[in-house]
Amino acid sequence: MGHIDRAREFVADAERTRWHDQALWFVRTKRDRAADQVPDWEALREQASGIKGFALGRLPALWREFEAKAAAAGTIVHWARDAAEHNEIIVRLLRERRIRHVVKSKSMLTEECGLNLHLEAQGIEIVDTDLGERIVQLRKERPSHIVMPAIHLRRGEIGTLFAKEMGSAPELDDPEELTAIARRNLRTTFLRAEAGITGVNFAIAETGGFVVVTNEGNADLGTALPKLHIACVGLEKIIPKQKDLAPFLRLLARSATGQAITTYTSHFCGPRPPSPDPQELHIIVVDNGRSQLLGRPAFREALACIRCGACLNTCPVYRRSGGHSYEATIPGPIGSVLEPSRDPAKHRELPGACTLCGSCTDICPVRIPLHQQLLAWRGELSEMGHTRRSKRFGLRLLAWLFARPMTYRWLGRSARALVRRIPAAPRDRLLNAWTRQRALPEIPKASFRELYRQRMADRRRREALHSDD
Amino acid sequence: MRIALFVPCYIDQLKPEIGLAALDVCEAFGFEVEFPEAQTCCGQPFLNGGETRGADSLFQHFMDVFAGYDQVVALSGSCAATLRTQLSRPPRGARSETDAVRIVEFCEFLVAQDVEKSSLGQFPHRVGLHASCHALRGLRLGTPSETRESERIDPARRLLSSIAGLQLVDLARPDECCGFGGLFSVEEEAVSCRMGLDRLADHRIAGADVITSTDLSCLLQLDGLARRGDFAFRVIHIAELLAESLTNSAEDHLQPASGGSDERREKAS
Repeated sequence: MGHIDRAREFVADAERTRWHDQALWFVRTKRDRAADQVPDWEALREQASGIKGFALGRLPALWREFEAKAAAAGTIVHWARDAAEHNEIIVRLLRERRIRHVVKSKSMLTEECGLNLHLEAQGIEIVDTDLGERIVQLRKERPSHIVMPAIHLRRGEIGTLFAKEMGSAPELDDPEELTAIARRNLRTTFLRAEAGITGVNFAIAETGGFVVVTNEGNADLGTALPKLHIACVGLEKIIPKQKDLAPFLRLLARSATGQAITTYTSHFCGPRPPSPDPQELHIIVVDNGRSQLLGRPAFREALACIRCGACLNTCPVYRRSGGHSYEATIPGPIGSVLEPSRDPAKHRELPGACTLCGSCTDICPVRIPLHQQLLAWRGELSEMGHTRRSKRFGLRLLAWLFARPMTYRWLGRSARALVRRIPAAPRDRLLNAWTRQRALPEIPKASFRELYRQRMADRRRREALHSDD
Repeated sequence: MRIALFVPCYIDQLKPEIGLAALDVCEAFGFEVEFPEAQTCCGQPFLNGGETRGADSLFQHFMDVFAGYDQVVALSGSCAATLRTQLSRPPRGARSETDAVRIVEFCEFLVAQDVEKSSLGQFPHRVGLHASCHALRGLRLGTPSETRESERIDPARRLLSSIAGLQLVDLARPDECCGFGGLFSVEEEAVSCRMGLDRLADHRIAGADVITSTDLSCLLQLDGLARRGDFAFRVIHIAELLAESLTNSAEDHLQPASGGSDERREKAS
């Protein structure tokens, strides 16, 4: 299946679709109000976009600087070409230390690398500690949203899940009670954990440190006790200076959830002091296709993404088709730009799951021209042969006919005559994709250009009559 | 100044009365507009469908047809936005000088000519203005709800606000997409229709009797769904609304106040 079929399934449940749309629109309006609180929102976007553009132009130098500074602070830096290398490094680090229990805070990169499945296959327990991530992990699903992983679920569904997995009372649907149950359940996991894995929101070249933002404090809880902290970071996440953090931290939470700032903004720079409780800090820098994207001018700006999810919340298609319809690690507009670069055949429908309304581009805090990139992908995928042949050749033929006034007129006249002549029932069967839910417009006998000729002829006749007087 | 009217292919073939209404409006204000008959399509369906070469050849044809004009008035914000995109990156092997032609959307043109300074007639209805995404976010006719940029004029809104008796309704989601999206409307039929029905519900809650827009594509979607569903909207293009409004008080325009239309004709030429 692709987006088209999965989206149709989602929309078939009208009640869920309505509620999903409204839940995300609510977040969008919160974001609008948060943006209003910043005196010069657009200047902030421009600044953030500028910093990212600058950084993406000098990734090798920035990472060299980061590595030197991080090493000086006692952090061990690893480099992973792809998901497999990333997963191998983590398994090796855990094996060497005979670690069997791991907690992980939210990280889309480990999602992208399929880390959980990989560790479980090696007999290592890995528990997601972000509440939403925990919920989808228990359901053996992938997150349907990059910031709110379980946004596709209703409270009752979570109550049922917790009753089954955590032995809570069935039919519970109070969010606070459910959260309390998950918290109690996770506490024992935190205490058992021998290693904590986190993602990275921003790596800072100047200091060799990095920042993780959460609302639940789970990154801090998960790394405070264990003797090993592994942070996983995408190649694009680096910024040059500590002071560059400011615009991003101001933009990120506001764009994501409409908060002025996330509840926790945790800065890590080297492992904690060796006494009394030593810790190792490892950071894995992952490419996994990013440097390839960097080499494609039409799409490279997508690497500026700070994973706020604002483009998902505002996207009228995402809101009504749900994150799972994208069948991708990252759904929504940004996912539809990033995913085809990794596997164009699998994700060929994604750039078309879009009306090109442009809302994503206008909401993006780092000004990624998302809808233009989605448009560019359509051309690329067609050139690569990933578009249906009938569509490709149909469009090519039609373009040829339309580029010639004579054939255009002939085609228009014939098509109108044909549609006017066919009785409604077979006609609607023929044009099923339009007419299943929509009426056809009344097809006119004459085109505008025919009526225009008439109008001009009438006018000339009138003027001639006038001058005869 | 030579002004040409660009009547997009789907208006030409499906709703010719919109083109006639646009001519009526232009004539009422004394603008001489020509309709070059060799025009066909701006190429948008092909560009958006990934058939870039086809789109480029249509763009080239467009530029050849309209090369001699100072302004091209497009009866669609969407087509105008496509043309401006293509102008900003001339296709490989472009023949004519592509930066010479100025493409404006119909309402944008009228407001640039200050038509709302004289009477636009009357239209005593509650009207919902459906913002075309490409007019709004592509041509920046108005301020998209996502941005905090300084306010821009929305020419369609300005014209409608100047019509006597017309009551513009406020939509809860001011610039939500109608779900048409060209080929999207048939490829992603389920989501497309859901979006359109939600949009109609917005207009109904706002109390609109008439839905209008700068773009027929949005209106085909909304009208098609409204006629099948439980909606009683009248759905008309803004050129038709303006033409109707002007005839509702035609007597005002036979004797324009202080020779308004002559003045305007000079300004336009």
